[in-house]
Amino acid sequence: MKIQDIFQETYSSLSANKARSGLTILGIVIGIGSVIAMISIGQGASGQITSSIEGLGSNLLTVMPGFIQPGRGIVSSGRGSAQTLMNEDIEVLRQIAGTAYVSPELQRRFQIVASGNNTNSTVIGVEPDYAEVRNIALADGSFITEAQIRSMGRVVVLGPTVALDLFGEGNDPIGKTIRINRVNFKVIGVLQAKGSAGFFNPDDTVFVPLTTMQKILAGAEFLSTIAISVESKDLMPQVQEEATFALAEKHHVDPQSPDFSIISQADILGTLTQVTDTFTIFLAAVAGISLIVGGIGIMNMMLTTVTERTREIGLRKSIGAKKKDISMQFLTEAVMLTFLGGVMGVILGWILAVLVSQFAGIATQVSLQSVILAFGVSAAIGIIFGYYPARRAASLNPIEALRYE
Amino acid sequence: MIECKNISKVYKSGEIETHALKNASFKINDGEFVAIMGPSGSGKSTLMHIIGCLDTPTSGQYLLDDKDVSQLTDDELADIRMQKIGFVFQSFNLLPRATVLRNVTLPLVYAGVSREERENKAKEALRGSAFPEDFWNHYSNQLSGGMMQRVAIARALVNNPTLVLADEPTGNLDTKTGEMVLDTFQRLHQEQGRTIVLITHEPYVAEHAERVINIRDGNIVEDGKVKNRRIINNHNHNEK
Repeated sequence: MKIQDIFQETYSSLSANKARSGLTILGIVIGIGSVIAMISIGQGASGQITSSIEGLGSNLLTVMPGFIQPGRGIVSSGRGSAQTLMNEDIEVLRQIAGTAYVSPELQRRFQIVASGNNTNSTVIGVEPDYAEVRNIALADGSFITEAQIRSMGRVVVLGPTVALDLFGEGNDPIGKTIRINRVNFKVIGVLQAKGSAGFFNPDDTVFVPLTTMQKILAGAEFLSTIAISVESKDLMPQVQEEATFALAEKHHVDPQSPDFSIISQADILGTLTQVTDTFTIFLAAVAGISLIVGGIGIMNMMLTTVTERTREIGLRKSIGAKKKDISMQFLTEAVMLTFLGGVMGVILGWILAVLVSQFAGIATQVSLQSVILAFGVSAAIGIIFGYYPARRAASLNPIEALRYE
Repeated sequence: MIECKNISKVYKSGEIETHALKNASFKINDGEFVAIMGPSGSGKSTLMHIIGCLDTPTSGQYLLDDKDVSQLTDDELADIRMQKIGFVFQSFNLLPRATVLRNVTLPLVYAGVSREERENKAKEALRGSAFPEDFWNHYSNQLSGGMMQRVAIARALVNNPTLVLADEPTGNLDTKTGEMVLDTFQRLHQEQGRTIVLITHEPYVAEHAERVINIRDGNIVEDGKVKNRRIINNHNHNEK
């Protein structure tokens, strides 16, 4: 039997039962469509997280006080209360080969007042390197300079959200005075909007010189974070290790259980992609169940078809059809159903992904792999769920099949 | 040419053995029109299945065109059926959603014949079974019983088989259309010299053949020429 003849048989038998074929295909369409849509949502989320983590700064190592157990993730209790990072540590870290910039930071929340408006925001004491390390750019004015650090200048750089909250739209805050914790500060710059990066929103932050923060606002000598920008990605593990040993020596603690932790961006990214991957797999698995249900629908329809057409199978056998011809005919029918369902499912899933990102604001990403995967899975479902009915048809005894009522 | 030598068929269901055929031996030459007659349960269906290569005998030899086909596998039997045997069934067994032409071409599809040649052969076979040309593109379920059976006859002839095997071909038809079908067989026999084996339980139908093999309880009880043969129309070679 030639291929075009098999296709003609398939076409005529599928079109003879349009409603039944259509409903069976619908099962596969929903299955494939939801798998595509769910994977696109998962991959969109993971893409968004990756880009926002990378937006925090490239090749970044973050030194934090307190010890984080490896494998327990980045959440640790009492981290903020630990006061083990000191200004002297900065020089130790700057001497390590491969570090490009070192940015010490001290972070607190304070009440900020300006021209009658009131906001509670994160205030970070920083040095000029902060702008390089954290990839921030100014919309207006200038960033904190070395001279202002030395002179403990009462100057402030505002995040765009804070600027908007305090001064309203259209008003230039540069040169105005704000009060942080009842101390007057002069606004010297406003940052460009960057968007939230997961746990931390740089737009809703104000920056003051580190010395001013330590001496005047917080009254503390310690640091909450030291961010290290490494020259290249390849050097990161080496710098991380050297920094651990150097700081442990400086703090007189065992490097195996130090009183600080160094987290690389890759660790954060790794943890988060693990989360989003699990999330994607979970979504795909839920959608996959509907695909299996669709496959069972195919099998059900094929078994009904085989039973219905028992006499026809008997006739075909009596005029010379071999087992292979019969099984190919029914298998082609099943694969054709899943293939059509697969094509329509990919289109449906794509439309769903676009709609989700349009109306729900969730980033989605339809990848070629997920489309290929969907086609592969739908073809496999056709073969797996079509095989048994096809084999049953092929193994019918022609005499009994011809007598079947 | 068909030759059966001591053919027996035993069906086993559990402990019980049913002897459907007991040492049947006979020979049918090319160009013969034979009726195999017997009441239900006589073993005539079993004999038809063996002659039609749908089944193999438990013992004995069945030679079709001098080839022993009694011990072949299912797929080998399918090949023999495709090349040498044309079936006509009591209930027609046409594909309902296919045109007359497509029904007739179906055996050639499995034989791997090209589309164009299939059409030509099918048209030839339809003309041979006197099927009116106006209906060639009708769906088979739009036809009357007699018309359907002639489509089935054309389908049986399309591969130019050694043997046309008709199983109760008039069983679902009234007397008049039944006679039309029997007339078609007689004409094919006389004009084209086809070998036809007709399986029936009605003596009236069997009398349209040249020779009758009478079977009862698995034994051939009578084998001989029909005495008062019924001829519907005289299809003499010289007339047409």
